[in-house]
Amino acid sequence: MHSLYVAWQYLRFHKARTVVLIAALTLITCLPLAVHLLVRASEAQMLDRSRATPLILGQKGSALDLVMNTLYFASTPPETLAMREADRIDDTGFAVAIPIYNRYTARGFPIVGTTLDYLSFRQLEVAAGRMLAVLGECVLGATVADQLGLGPGDALMSTPENPFDLAGVYPLKMHVAGVLKPRHTPDDRAVFVDVKTAWVIEGLGHGHEDVATARDPQVVLTEQDGKLVASAKIVQYTEITPNNIDSFHFHGDTGQFPLTSVIAVPRDDKSATLLRGRYLPETSPLRLIEPLGVVQALLQNVFKVQRVLNIIFAVVSVAMLLTIILIIALSLRLRQAEIETMYKLGCSRLKMAELVAAELGVIVVVSLALTAGLTGLALHWQTALMQQFLS
Amino acid sequence: MTDAPHPIITIEQLAFQYPDGDFHLHIPELQIDAGTKAAIIGPSGSGKTTLINLLAGIVPVSGGRLRVHGASLERLGDAERRRFRIANIGFVFQDFALLDYLTILDNILHPYRINRALDLTPQVREHAACLAALMGIADKLKRRAHHLSQGEKQRAAICRALVTRPPLLFADEPTGNLDPTNKSRILQHLFQYVDEAGATLVAVTHDHGLLSGFDRVIDFQAFDHSQRA
Repeated sequence: MHSLYVAWQYLRFHKARTVVLIAALTLITCLPLAVHLLVRASEAQMLDRSRATPLILGQKGSALDLVMNTLYFASTPPETLAMREADRIDDTGFAVAIPIYNRYTARGFPIVGTTLDYLSFRQLEVAAGRMLAVLGECVLGATVADQLGLGPGDALMSTPENPFDLAGVYPLKMHVAGVLKPRHTPDDRAVFVDVKTAWVIEGLGHGHEDVATARDPQVVLTEQDGKLVASAKIVQYTEITPNNIDSFHFHGDTGQFPLTSVIAVPRDDKSATLLRGRYLPETSPLRLIEPLGVVQALLQNVFKVQRVLNIIFAVVSVAMLLTIILIIALSLRLRQAEIETMYKLGCSRLKMAELVAAELGVIVVVSLALTAGLTGLALHWQTALMQQFLS
Repeated sequence: MTDAPHPIITIEQLAFQYPDGDFHLHIPELQIDAGTKAAIIGPSGSGKTTLINLLAGIVPVSGGRLRVHGASLERLGDAERRRFRIANIGFVFQDFALLDYLTILDNILHPYRINRALDLTPQVREHAACLAALMGIADKLKRRAHHLSQGEKQRAAICRALVTRPPLLFADEPTGNLDPTNKSRILQHLFQYVDEAGATLVAVTHDHGLLSGFDRVIDFQAFDHSQRA
């Protein structure tokens, strides 16, 4: 105990030197460990999520973009496909089709247009409020609600893609219907809306005052054969309320409206095989992919990068360790007079070694505690970190 | 009937030579009685500090006989000499040799923290506080060494030397870095301890003005010491 006490006094007195040594040692241990554990945790989470998602239908192109956008709501949207493709899958009877339209954001979080099937497919449960019921409502992932401080009854504005585009669509003020229970998956960081609400955000559907009953005559641009054409002066609604919901409508065939992907949940293995067969022909513009294979291929690349990182970490660690040993050796040389005094006072060489070991021990223990804390923190924020990495 | 003085230090044909150095020291015969306040004087490089180190068992003798407080140091190994030192000797250094990172109280108690043979009990702490009060530094116990004046530092160093109640007190130029007022004050403290505890003091000094307080002066010019060419 005496050695520990003396060591502690020494380290306290030489604060700057101690902090530098602890920081260096923490970096040496924390970086490789945190990277290793983060990669392992991310790998487990990515594989779990991709295993839980049997098939994804999307445009031919980057399979990785398709998978990342569908599973992790990554910000790079793949090419779109038409809503009728989801209906076609449903019509086959082989699988349940879950449309996904993930292109827009609200205060930095992705807005995922889908159906209630997605929420039940992911086993997402409401912690507060209720599920989506009408157009213009949203359900928040646990992290979104926590970080934005929103709950049922609050409102959330969609973020315009380009605020300087005068011809662009208005942001939509969405009503928060409910908040989901945390699942520690990317779903925690998403804003779920009905796919039709996502189309409203895109401007494919809108609501406005009735042209026929508008009091301002300038609202009517032309009238021909009893058909009224509205001018730009017409008031468009930026919020869907019980009073104006009936005015919301879509122009065109909703079957042609865009989706970023369709999750297909086959009824059984045979149905999955049959469904895959339908999208095999080279002429088909669409592809039905198994996300597990894509994620595994991605992870192989991640592991390659990790191996390179491990080598770099090892070299840097050895260099830092040598530096630390040099610092300690120089420090002992500087403390020669102190060591000589202690020897004259009767201190044995073993005791002196014990004192130095106690100093190193305190530094190592504090470094390891910091490493454990920082690694724990990194793992705690792993989902968020991964989302940041993917977005 | 009074007790006849008995030698606490006996030297016979003592020889010392640094293994890789060119210095050698030879003392044919020397005795210092218990309870003596002895000053060692002599020119620089004559071996005064070496003798103190030999007497304390810090360096081993090269030849001859050296008996200190009943122990034949020439026969003891390094660990035994260390144990002998812990049990019998208090050391006061010219440069005080206090540790900056410890408080004055911790500096005084340091011998107990670095020697397993010494047990740091509440009584020891109390004794350390008493010594500090005697030396006039009781209010400095919580302060670190570098905050003290030179005189205060040396008084703290004396407390450290005395805290184990050693029968032998060795001081290597204990007043070398002090002003005249502090010089006599420090010597008075050392003499007071020797008188009260019946201990023996061997002090190396260059200051001939302080010799009057000592019982005996040992002039090193009488001994054979040389730097080989």
